[in-house]
Amino acid sequence: MNVLRSVFLRREAGIFVMIILFCATVGLYKPQFLTSQSLRIVLLLTPLIMIGAMAQMLILVARHVDLSIGSTLGFSAMVAGLMYRDFPDVWWIIGFPVAILTGAVLGLVNGLLVTIFKLPSIIVTLGTLSLYRGLTFIISDARQINRANIPTELKAMSRTSPIFDIPWIILIAFAVALMTYVVARHTQLGRQIYALGSNPDAAPLRGIDVTKVTLIVFTLSGALCGLAGILYASRWGFVNPSNTGAGFEFQVIAAVVIGGVSINGGVGTVLGTVLGVLLLGCVAAALPLLGIPGSTQNAIYGAVILIALLIDRSVRQRGVVSLSRGVA
Amino acid sequence: MSDVPMLIEARGISKQFGGVEVLSDVDLDLHAGEIHALLGENGAGKSTFAKILAGVHRPTSGTLRLNGESVRISSPMAAQKLGIALIHQEPVSFPDLSVAENIVMGRHGTGLLARVPWAKIIADARRYMEMLGVLIDVTRPMRGLSIANQQMVEIARALASDSRLIIMDEPTAPLTPREVDTLFTIARQLREEGRTIIFISHRLEEVRMLCDRLTIFRDGAHIATRTIDSIPDDEIIRLMIGRTLTKYMRKHTAEIGDMALEVSNLTCAGAFEDISFSLRKGEIIGLGGLVGAGRTDVARALFGVAPATSGQIRVGGKVARIEKPTDAIELGLAFVPEDRAGDGIFGTLPVEHNLTAAIPEKIAPRGVIRRSLERKISRKSVDDLSIRLASLGQPIVELSGGNQQKVILARWLLTEPEILILDEPTRGIDIGVKAEFYDMIGDLAEAGRAILLISSELPELLSLCDRILVMSEGRLMAEIPREKATQENVMQAAVPRSGVAA
Amino acid sequence: MTDTTVATTRELAPARPTWHLILVRPETMTFLLLIAGLVGASTLSPFFLDANYILRSFTLTAEMSIVALVLTMVVISGEIDLSPAANMALSACIFAWAQDAGVPLPLAVAVGLLAGLAMGAINAFMSIRMQLPSIIVTIGTLIFFRGIAQVIAGDRSIRVPESFIGINTVMVFGIPLPVVIFMVVALILGLVLGTTVIGRQIYQIGTNQAAALHAGINAKRIKVGLFLVLGVVSAAAGMMAASRLGSVRYDLVLGGELQMVLMAMLGGTYIFGGRGTILGTFLAAWLLVIVSTGMTVANLLPAIQLTVLGILLIVAIIATNFIYARTQR
Repeated sequence: MNVLRSVFLRREAGIFVMIILFCATVGLYKPQFLTSQSLRIVLLLTPLIMIGAMAQMLILVARHVDLSIGSTLGFSAMVAGLMYRDFPDVWWIIGFPVAILTGAVLGLVNGLLVTIFKLPSIIVTLGTLSLYRGLTFIISDARQINRANIPTELKAMSRTSPIFDIPWIILIAFAVALMTYVVARHTQLGRQIYALGSNPDAAPLRGIDVTKVTLIVFTLSGALCGLAGILYASRWGFVNPSNTGAGFEFQVIAAVVIGGVSINGGVGTVLGTVLGVLLLGCVAAALPLLGIPGSTQNAIYGAVILIALLIDRSVRQRGVVSLSRGVA
Repeated sequence: MSDVPMLIEARGISKQFGGVEVLSDVDLDLHAGEIHALLGENGAGKSTFAKILAGVHRPTSGTLRLNGESVRISSPMAAQKLGIALIHQEPVSFPDLSVAENIVMGRHGTGLLARVPWAKIIADARRYMEMLGVLIDVTRPMRGLSIANQQMVEIARALASDSRLIIMDEPTAPLTPREVDTLFTIARQLREEGRTIIFISHRLEEVRMLCDRLTIFRDGAHIATRTIDSIPDDEIIRLMIGRTLTKYMRKHTAEIGDMALEVSNLTCAGAFEDISFSLRKGEIIGLGGLVGAGRTDVARALFGVAPATSGQIRVGGKVARIEKPTDAIELGLAFVPEDRAGDGIFGTLPVEHNLTAAIPEKIAPRGVIRRSLERKISRKSVDDLSIRLASLGQPIVELSGGNQQKVILARWLLTEPEILILDEPTRGIDIGVKAEFYDMIGDLAEAGRAILLISSELPELLSLCDRILVMSEGRLMAEIPREKATQENVMQAAVPRSGVAA
Repeated sequence: MTDTTVATTRELAPARPTWHLILVRPETMTFLLLIAGLVGASTLSPFFLDANYILRSFTLTAEMSIVALVLTMVVISGEIDLSPAANMALSACIFAWAQDAGVPLPLAVAVGLLAGLAMGAINAFMSIRMQLPSIIVTIGTLIFFRGIAQVIAGDRSIRVPESFIGINTVMVFGIPLPVVIFMVVALILGLVLGTTVIGRQIYQIGTNQAAALHAGINAKRIKVGLFLVLGVVSAAAGMMAASRLGSVRYDLVLGGELQMVLMAMLGGTYIFGGRGTILGTFLAAWLLVIVSTGMTVANLLPAIQLTVLGILLIVAIIATNFIYARTQR
C-alpha cells in the first residue's frame, strides 16, 4: 500500500491524472476528441514546445532562466531559411547542423554574459531576447522566407513517417526528450547541473567547474532551440522574422511550470516536463473543437502557469514530492 | 613518540588576510591514528589553520609535508585527493540531491559524459552508512535531514574518499548528547583504522573524553601541544586566554525591581516545551545550554519572530499577545539576534541607517526624516558605545565584527527597551570589545533594564548573571542562582541524564 | 597584555571622500550617457537641440516612463514585476470596452483603475502572500493579462471618445501634459523614497528582509502596497496611452516590459534589491528618448532599434554591477 501511495503522491502522477480528467471531460462533450486522429493533432502541436521545454528545464534546474528561447529559435530558423533561399542546391539536411550550430552560438553568448560578467540570467536573456529578434530582422531584411524556398523533404518531415504513422518531427521531439533524460539522470554533466542548481555555493567545493557547466547548459539550450527552429520551418513551411518563435517562451514556461520544475533550481524531471507539454497540447487541441477562439490561448497559458504555481505552493505544504527528488 | 609515523608536518605556517595576520609561524605535527584537539578562542587561528589543511585557504608562507613529502594544498578538491576531508560546522550539501549522491559528488574525476553508476553509488552509500551505524534511506533527498545526520553524510564522504585526515570543525555544537555519543564512537573507530582526526572545539569536557593530544592557539600563534593527560583544565584555559579570567569580569550590583517579564508554559511545537521563568528589572538572567537546546527559539518566540503555539507571556504584569516583532517592540522588548549578518545588519546601507532602523518615529516625527535629528541621535549612540568607525555614512559592512555588534545593540537601546534579549552578543568578537560589552550589560542592568542573556560561554554566564536558566533539548532543566553556579553544574544540566558515555 | 588584539579585527577602511560618494555612482554614468547621447544625436539632426522637439518626443514613451518609476521602487524592495506593460494594455482595453458599451466616461476610468488595482492585487497575493518568486509569478501574469486583453479586444481597435483624446496635446507652460505628469510623479516618488520613513524602509527591506523583520519593519505590507500602487499606476498609464493614440488594441505597448526594465537598469537600479534611485530612472527615461528618437531620425529600422535596446540593456547591467562591486568591500 505504501508503494502505491508513494507513487500516487508524486507530482508526475498528478499531471497524468489531470490529463486523463481533462481529456475525459472534453470527450464527454465532443467524443471525436478521443480518437487517434485527435491524438495525432495533439502530438503535432507539441514537438517544438517539447524541445524548447527540455532546454528550459535544464536551464531552470541550473537555477537560471532563459527568456530568449523564442528569439533564438527565430534567428536559427532564419539562418537556415536564408541558406535554403540563397543556395537552393544545397542538400536539405544541412539545414539541421546549420540551425543547431547557430542556436548553440546564441546560447553560448548568453552563457558567456552570465558567467564572465556575473550577470543575472533573467536580465541578460531579456536583453538578448530583443537583440536576437532584431538581428533576425536585419539578416532577413525584414522579409519572410516563403514556402517555395523551403525544401520539400524538410516539410515532409512533418507528415511522413518511418514507423507507426508517427511523423518524423514527433519522433525527433521524443528522441530529444529521451536524450535529455539520459543526460540529466545518467551522466556526470546532468548530476552536476542538478547539484549546481541545488546549491551553487557548494558546487565549487565539490569539484564542479561552475563556469564550464553553466556555459554548457546555455549552449545546449541554444542548440535545442536551433533544432526547434529548423523544425519550425518543417512544420509551418516558412520563416517569418517577426512571428517565428514569438510567444514561444510563454508556452514553454507554462509547460515547464506545470511539469514541476522549480525556479529555485535543483528540481525537475523529464517525465514531468513531457507530461506538462502533453497537457498543454491537449488543451490547445481541445480549444478549436470546443469553439473557443484561438485568441484565448495566451490567457489560458497564463492562467495555467498561475494555477500550477498555486497548486505547487499549497501542495508543498502538504508533503507531496516529485519523482526527481533524489531518487535513483 | 619518535617512531610513530608523522602524517602531517607543518612548519612556519602564516596567513594574512588583507594586511591582518591571523596565523603567525605555526609549527605542528600530527600522527597517523590520533585524535587531536585544536583549542583556542574565537579568532585564535585554529579554524584558519584547519582550513589551510583542507585547502580552503592557502598559507601566505610556510611548508606542509604529508607522509614525509612536501605538498601544496591548493584547493578543497586537491585536499580531497590528498586524503584530507573537512566536516564543516554547518554541513554543506546539495539539498535536492539524494544522500547517496551527496556522498559521491565530486569524487569521480571522469569526464562529463561518463555514465553515472547508480547501482554502485547506492550500494556503496548504504555500506558507509551501515559502517557508521546510521539508519537513513540513502535514496532520500538531503533536504530535511537533521544536522547530525547531515554531519554523518559528510563523514561518509570522508570514508568514501578514504580520507586519512578528517577535520571536524565544532561538530558537537548542534548535536544532542546522544548524537555526540554516536559521533565519538565513530571517531574512535576511525582512529583504530589508523586515520587522524582533528577535533576543533571549545568544550573541554568533550576534548578530554575524546582526544589523545591537544594544541592550543592564541592570537594566531601555536602556544602549546600536550598529551591530554598531562595538562589540567585551568592550565588549558590559562594558555588559551593568556590571563586569568576574573580580571575582565567586573561584578556589577543592581537593584532588583518589579516584575518585567513572566513566561508560563511557553511551548512551540518542535522547538521547545513548557518553558516558565520570570525576569525582574535590574536582573540579568542567563539562558545556557548546548547549541540546539532551543534557546534562540524561545527568544524568537518572545520577540514575535516565530511565535509560540501555546503558553502565556506577561509583560509588566499584563498578559501580552506577541505575534510579530512590532508587538514586542511596543511592549518594550528588544532583541539582538545571534546571526548578525543574516538577521541584524543592512550591510550595504550606512551605519546611520542601521542605527535608526528601529526608531522611525523618533527621526521622522511626521513621516519625513529629519537628517539633522538623525545625525544627532546617531552621533550620541556612537559616542555612548565607543563605536569605532570612519564616518556615519559608511556602509556598516566595513566595520569590524565587534563594532557592527555595537551598532545593533545601539539600535535597540535607542528604543529605550525595558527588556533586552541578547542572543550570543559577544560571539565572534575580540577580547577587548567583549570586556566593553560586559561593562555595558552591567550598566544596563544597573539602569533598571531587565536582561535575558543567551550564551554558550560559561564564564560569561557565571560572572554576569544573577540566575542561570539551563535548557536542554527544548526543556528548561535547571535554574541556578549565582552563588551556587559553577561551570560543572551548568554543564551538567545542559547535558541530560542519559548523557555522553565515556 | 594589551587590550587591542591582532587576530581578526578588520582594518577600518578610511571613509570615501565626499566627492567620491556623490560622483561615483550609477546615476552619474546615466547622466554622462545622457549628455553624450544628446551630443551624438545633435550631430544627426539639429532638432535635438530644440527643447520642444525633445519634449514632444518624450510623449511617446511618457506612459511607460511613469510606470518605470514605480517599478524602480518595486525592484529596490527586492521584487520584480514584468507584467506592467500587459497591465497597461488590459486596463486600457477594459476601459475602452466599458465606455464603448455605454458606461459614462468617469465611471469607465474608475473601472479601468480598479482593474489595474486588481491586477496588482493578484501579483501581490501570489508573490507576497503565497511566497512564490515574483519573477515567475509576473511572467505568468504578464502572459495572462495580455491574453485576457486579447480575449476582450480580439483583433480590433476600440475607439475612445473624442473628449478623451489628445492628452499629449494639452500644454502646461509649454510642456506636454504627459511629460509634466511624469516629472511630478518623479518628484513625488523621489521625495518619498529619499526622505520618508517608508522610502528608507523600502531600501532596508531590499537589502536584508530578515533584518528588516527583526527590526520591526512590516516588509510584507510595504511590498503588497508597492504592487498595488504599481497596478493602479499602470492602469492610469494605459489610459493615458489610450488618450494619446485615440484607440486601444490588445497589443498596446507589447514588449514594453523590456523598456521599463531597461530604464530602471540604465538608471542604476540593482536587480537584487536595496539600491537604485528615482533620479537614476528619471535620467534614464530621457536617455532612452534621445536614443530611440535618434535612431528613428537616423532612419534605423525598428528591427535595429530593437537590437540596440537589447545591447543597451546588457551594457547597462554590466556597468551597474561593476560600479556596485567596486563601491563595496
